Amino acid sequence: MKTVANKRIDEPTGTETVGHEWDGIEELDTPMPRWWLWTLYATIVWGIIYVVLYPAWPLLRTGTEGVLGWSSRGQLAQEMRAENQRRAPTLTALSRVPIERLPDDSRLMRAAVEGGRAAFRVNCVQCHGSGAAGGNGYPNLNDDDWLWGGDLRAIEYTLVHGVRQPGVESTRNSMMPAFGRDGLLTPAEISTVADQVLSFSGKAKPTAAGATLYENNCASCHGPQGKGLREFGAPNLADAIWLYGSGKGRIVQQISNPRMGVMPAWGGRLDPVTIKMLAAYVHSLGGGEDFVEVAKDPAVAVDEQP
Amino acid sequence: MNNPEHPRTEESPGKPNKPVSLTVAQPDTGNLRHEPHEPPREDLPELFEKRRAIFPQAVHGFYRNVKYVVMAITLGIYYATPWIRWDRGPYAPDQAVLVDIANRRFYMFGIEIWPHEFYFVAGLLIMAGIGLFLITSAVGRAWCGYSCPQTVWTDLFQHVDRLVDGDRNAQARLARAPWGPEKIVKRGIKWSIYLLISFWTGGAWIMYFADAPTLVRDFWSGQAAPVAYITVAILTFTTFTLGGFLREQFCIYMCPWPRIQSAMMDERSLTVTYKDWRGEPRGSVKKAQKDPQHYGDCIDCLQCVSVCPTGIDIREGPQIGCITCALCIDACDRVMAEVGRPRGLIDYVTLEDSKREAAGEPRRLPWRNLVRPRTVIYLGGWSAIGLAMLFMLGTRSHLDLSAAADRNPPFMLMSDGSVRNAYTLKVRNMESRPRALEIALDGLPGAAMWNDEESRNSAARSMRINAAPDATRTVRVYVIAPPETAAQEFRFRLRSLDKEAASDEAQIQFAAPGGQDQ
Repeated sequence: MKTVANKRIDEPTGTETVGHEWDGIEELDTPMPRWWLWTLYATIVWGIIYVVLYPAWPLLRTGTEGVLGWSSRGQLAQEMRAENQRRAPTLTALSRVPIERLPDDSRLMRAAVEGGRAAFRVNCVQCHGSGAAGGNGYPNLNDDDWLWGGDLRAIEYTLVHGVRQPGVESTRNSMMPAFGRDGLLTPAEISTVADQVLSFSGKAKPTAAGATLYENNCASCHGPQGKGLREFGAPNLADAIWLYGSGKGRIVQQISNPRMGVMPAWGGRLDPVTIKMLAAYVHSLGGGEDFVEVAKDPAVAVDEQP
Repeated sequence: MNNPEHPRTEESPGKPNKPVSLTVAQPDTGNLRHEPHEPPREDLPELFEKRRAIFPQAVHGFYRNVKYVVMAITLGIYYATPWIRWDRGPYAPDQAVLVDIANRRFYMFGIEIWPHEFYFVAGLLIMAGIGLFLITSAVGRAWCGYSCPQTVWTDLFQHVDRLVDGDRNAQARLARAPWGPEKIVKRGIKWSIYLLISFWTGGAWIMYFADAPTLVRDFWSGQAAPVAYITVAILTFTTFTLGGFLREQFCIYMCPWPRIQSAMMDERSLTVTYKDWRGEPRGSVKKAQKDPQHYGDCIDCLQCVSVCPTGIDIREGPQIGCITCALCIDACDRVMAEVGRPRGLIDYVTLEDSKREAAGEPRRLPWRNLVRPRTVIYLGGWSAIGLAMLFMLGTRSHLDLSAAADRNPPFMLMSDGSVRNAYTLKVRNMESRPRALEIALDGLPGAAMWNDEESRNSAARSMRINAAPDATRTVRVYVIAPPETAAQEFRFRLRSLDKEAASDEAQIQFAAPGGQDQ
């Protein structure tokens, strides 16, 4: 390849060549099309205007702000203000209605359920799963078994105060003694009492020794027939739902060295309306219980926030 | 089209400003030497044929009358249809033909189409396609010549031309004349009428999409939706330009149908034909009197050319610019009558019959051209789809149920060991009245159901719901089955609690432990 710095006019086209030659092939020095140049100049002018108007140059700690004072954060804040304004009437109505009266207004109930669905996806799915079906040690919120009560008010209370949340006043609190770890029962006794527990749902034969052991150690919380007691959050041992597993091994483990779940108290983290919407959503999943004792006086404050 | 000097790219000498050129390989082209940046303009052919102005002459005759009738019918249908009322009761609009996009309904007299029944529209489109095959194979480009909107509006605008400017010669004179008071006034009047017709055309279109009387009031009081004004503006503009100015250019350069239709015609399709075996060689009446043996029937009066709305010469044979409107037949027949020769020098005739006539044989009977395997097959396909659609229209249910099972979680074990599934049912009441409906379980022994608006205590094998008129209702349903129920299929049955007892059902899977992923 040889290059010749020798410009000349190309005869057929009348255009100057760039002066290079590659194996006999030359390149014409065709000027840029005028429209193309004007487009380039227009973009330069546009760029200058943009730099003046909008944040553009990064400095060491900040950046130029632009004379319009626009920022993406400010735009977001503005959009969120607008959105909050749009939702304000519904949220106000929600904050005023006592939660047990929510089902009376189907439109408001639907809004609450949808709002709760969104809040659930942000705050609750980490433990209870995206379908609220829970998992081993995390309660399933779709079913009809409730440790602390499943009506709207009970759910809201649990949400606000949490379960066994240290440092929170009136949190749902209870403790299962560690019968094995603390030596309250021998391994043989634990096995016997586990059979007694299984007998409530017909999965083992009850024994006299088991009945006595159960009577002395367990019945005070779980009830004589193993039906549980909601005041203590004591699980129903006679139903088909087992938080930590239903096999005998898992029951022995739970008696010997019990696990007890903790749920955060959301009262300090979420606003009352969000919590109300979450309660409505959880209640709507299919296992929610009817509220029995409706407050007679609507003026009675039912929102209990710490 | 018929321009022998139509440019071909290989004939053009190449763009002079090509960035790279093979200078070495080029021969000495001294005579092409030009000043820099001065391309050899005089060597460049025109890339496009310039539009020749067309001033069709007024014509009278049978086909012209057919055209008037078709124009009156088609324009009448277009402008008047939205104003026909149709009583559908208090819950549905009372406009006979209405495309209700906001509510996703399509009303056509007694028929109401829902979005999920859109196959009816697809079927109509297929029928329109096959119908075009059928019509074209039988009677040629009848669509182009008589009922195509471009043809109808062009025809309408050409009448406006004649009304304002006068007939062919006056139009041509005015077009050539320099701009002066007369031309300005006439053009102003003519284009105003164009604009009026165009606006009316765009206005009629939006009437199909909303209640017409209300829309007219809203439109003039500035309260109609922006899309209404935009649509009217666009359609006014397109009607004004396509009908007023582009005219035959649209048919020849923009429209795909002529090309498709040409491919669907054969030797036995009716088409406007100039019988060259009878007309050629052409000669004036005087010449023919002197030498009757030499000259044909065509006296070269150019009447067929001057009346043609697309400005072609039919004597050059079948061509894409010919929309077979047959105005040239009217013109030629009149001239033939005047000079005392038989009519039909230009005629609606099949190419095959034209050959037979040339050979001295009689034409086929018209029905033998219309009824032949090709048309019969098209007609068969067309009627089959039509009958199938009529059947479906007659037997379709005005009640529809679809079910979707919850996937997360697929099933739920309850405290008593029973299994609960959740479903989302969509119930469509396609009647224009509220209805009481019953949803019942079919299969799944021992199961019961309730919905999200009542408590589990009311669970039963069936439940009642009320459905609003013309609406889809979504119901979330829980189905609970006894412990140990295996995964299985069952059905939801929907029944209307009225004398029609219309029904529909949806088959769906019941998920249970150990069997949900069979």
